[in-house]
Amino acid sequence: SCDFAAFTFGQKYMRSPLSPEMATQEVPLNETLAHLKTESETLKLKLEEERAKLHDVELHQVAEKVEGLGQFVMKTRRTLKGHGNKVLCMDWCKDKRRIVSSSQDGKVIVWDAFTTNKEHAVTMPCTWVMACAYAPSGCAVACGGLDNKCSVYPLSLDKNENLAAKKKSVAMHTNYLSACSFTNSDMQILTSSGDGTCALWDVESGQLLQSFHGHAADVLCLDLAPSETGNTFVSGGCDKKANVWDMRSGQCIQSFETHESDINSVRYYPSGDAFASGSDDATCRLYDLRADREVAIYSKESIIFGVSSVDFSLSGRLLFGGYNDYTINVWDVLKGTRVSILFGHENRVSTLRVSPDGTAFCTGSWDHTLRVWILMC
Amino acid sequence: SAVRPNPKEGRKMEKMIVAMQDPDMGMKLRNQRLLITVIPHAMTGHDIIIWLIHKYSVCEEEALHLGGMLVKYGYIYPLKEPRSLVLQPDESPYRFQTPYFWTSTRWPASELDYAIYLAKKNIRKQGELMEYEKERYSLLHKKINHTWDFVVMQAREQLRASKQRRKADRIVLECQEQAYWLINRPPGFLLFSSVVLQIEVHRRALGRNRVKSSICLEGFYSEQYQNHDPIMQGCLPSNPWISDDTAHWTMNTEMVPVPTRLRVERWSFSFMELLNDAMGRQEFMLYLEKEFSAENLYFWQACEEIRHGESSKIVEKVEEVYKNFLAPGAARWVNIDSKTMDKTLEGIKQPHRFVLDDAQMHIYFLMKKDSYPRYLKSDLYKNMLAKAIVPQETKKSVFPFMRRQRHSSPSPAQAVAQATEEEGRHKGAG
Repeated sequence: SCDFAAFTFGQKYMRSPLSPEMATQEVPLNETLAHLKTESETLKLKLEEERAKLHDVELHQVAEKVEGLGQFVMKTRRTLKGHGNKVLCMDWCKDKRRIVSSSQDGKVIVWDAFTTNKEHAVTMPCTWVMACAYAPSGCAVACGGLDNKCSVYPLSLDKNENLAAKKKSVAMHTNYLSACSFTNSDMQILTSSGDGTCALWDVESGQLLQSFHGHAADVLCLDLAPSETGNTFVSGGCDKKANVWDMRSGQCIQSFETHESDINSVRYYPSGDAFASGSDDATCRLYDLRADREVAIYSKESIIFGVSSVDFSLSGRLLFGGYNDYTINVWDVLKGTRVSILFGHENRVSTLRVSPDGTAFCTGSWDHTLRVWILMC
Repeated sequence: SAVRPNPKEGRKMEKMIVAMQDPDMGMKLRNQRLLITVIPHAMTGHDIIIWLIHKYSVCEEEALHLGGMLVKYGYIYPLKEPRSLVLQPDESPYRFQTPYFWTSTRWPASELDYAIYLAKKNIRKQGELMEYEKERYSLLHKKINHTWDFVVMQAREQLRASKQRRKADRIVLECQEQAYWLINRPPGFLLFSSVVLQIEVHRRALGRNRVKSSICLEGFYSEQYQNHDPIMQGCLPSNPWISDDTAHWTMNTEMVPVPTRLRVERWSFSFMELLNDAMGRQEFMLYLEKEFSAENLYFWQACEEIRHGESSKIVEKVEEVYKNFLAPGAARWVNIDSKTMDKTLEGIKQPHRFVLDDAQMHIYFLMKKDSYPRYLKSDLYKNMLAKAIVPQETKKSVFPFMRRQRHSSPSPAQAVAQATEEEGRHKGAG
């Protein structure tokens, strides 16, 4: 086994070699790294063999007895205009009608999507606000991006008050913030970053409660598990891996690597027994946590561009995907077929979330707008 | 992440560095020959150690360790073998890092700056980037592609400006910059640690018990949820986004006089569904009170508040829980098995966020296996279900294109403020 502490910072291999003639310290670095990579690959192959042994049926086979879905009609019911640049992220409030959105120009806006009124607006001190989230109480929002931080803004009742005055800096990463989410309360925030880590923070003190190491490149997305004992979440990264973490210990408890490119979005199935992912490889995939494997791929030859974000309908029967070719594809999760495609935005769809009661879903796009859609059978 | 001292440590090291550069009592600096160039204001590793021994009255071993820290955190950098961030107790030359590049001044290191640095290296000499730098360069090119023109422009500008400088100055600046990035973007960090961790994850995965696909997938989809999915089955009286009528939301707010039938049905899908609904929890509490086991739910709720609450309140909340639920003769004493109780009582001597996890889980499963199924069979639940509302479906308007008035609603922040105000009034009155 390996001396983990030594490897943690690669410092061991930064010591000078015995002979000063050695041109570079990269030699011992590369050799050991190659050896470790081989060991990892061997174990991975063995793991795949073990997983395959118990895979006795495909999801769509089991789904043969389930009634098929009819035709769907998708309509835009609200268009939210107000951002001056690419919309990068959005999140719903628990009240099922308010949303928060963030964009490239540094603006974070809170809307009542039902009336389309803007209720609050904040200008961040950085551009590319890639992450935003609504607090469970509905009384605050969190956001961050190229500033490498996640900040919390309590939502003031006084429309004239400058929200930035009460801003609280919570998370600090060494690279951009890619996603953030409050946990079950307003008191803790989970973040993912381009620095390859995820982290759990105490909002009140800004203290780092736990950090999660294991991704080999930028982490792009995360989602908290709706489990009864709580305490796990999944993350996806540029290393093509989706990792499931124990929030308490910081350990990676499950890992899946079947995508062929960056994973931009991960979302739990409503029961918490599985999760979906969307990737630059133009596919969405479903992973079952008890079977410990990928159980479905949602793809079509005609779909070439990457998926930026995914979410399930309330029952989990439908999977929505926002794509970089400006479309939204809707998938029958059980049968694996695409049930609907929508051409609505005039540029890349960057973010997509179903509302808390499943009555609608919202998309944000590089065309500067957000849209609220309904789907009817 | 990159090596960084905490702010206090940083300040102490900086104080040390300033003392080392004191014109009277500081280190004797000299010119150092580096190949054919002469670098000013350099010092040898040996000199550093001697100075530290005298200044702090320590032995050689400690001085070596102390000096090593100054190199590790980037306050002093080696001129020969820049990648070797150690203090050699010999004639090896070192220089002080300019405060501009102190880690404490420039934290966190910006992605943009790193991209400019790598671009400069790349432009200056083809093939000068190391493997790990090439990987990062192409990753950066992808991630901040939108500002790439700016990156290249900045890199070219900086290279042009540096060409104007004297060679010695140029070399010094290049060394300073390189030292800064070796500290803040150490090679192999992510690569090593992630591969090592991955091996651990694979090993653990090989040891885990897996469930056959046929078993997992069989129970995958439950028909019952489909009826609750507004997209699949519509919603009553109407979908607010379609009809512009918010009645559906009004009927389903957190606390209503009479809940809807679908909502009460959902409480029977799983124990988690019941507990996740404030009304469901309230009803369940009523039932437990009849059964004289309400302390279980109170205990569970108190544990949740500790798990998800502020770090600063953990100690006092754990105390409260002990007093109310765990202490002998407590008002709401919970019946936990002796093994868990002993472990918990021992654990709360050092309270932390998860100290009550075992006890909480024990009580959770007790309620789930015992009280919950009986609640679903009880008159309390059956009556709730019977009197629950089934809203009439809104008949489609005669003029489907006429838009209804879309009413705004109080924001959650307003609701909280109002509730607090009312509470205050009650307290005042009482």
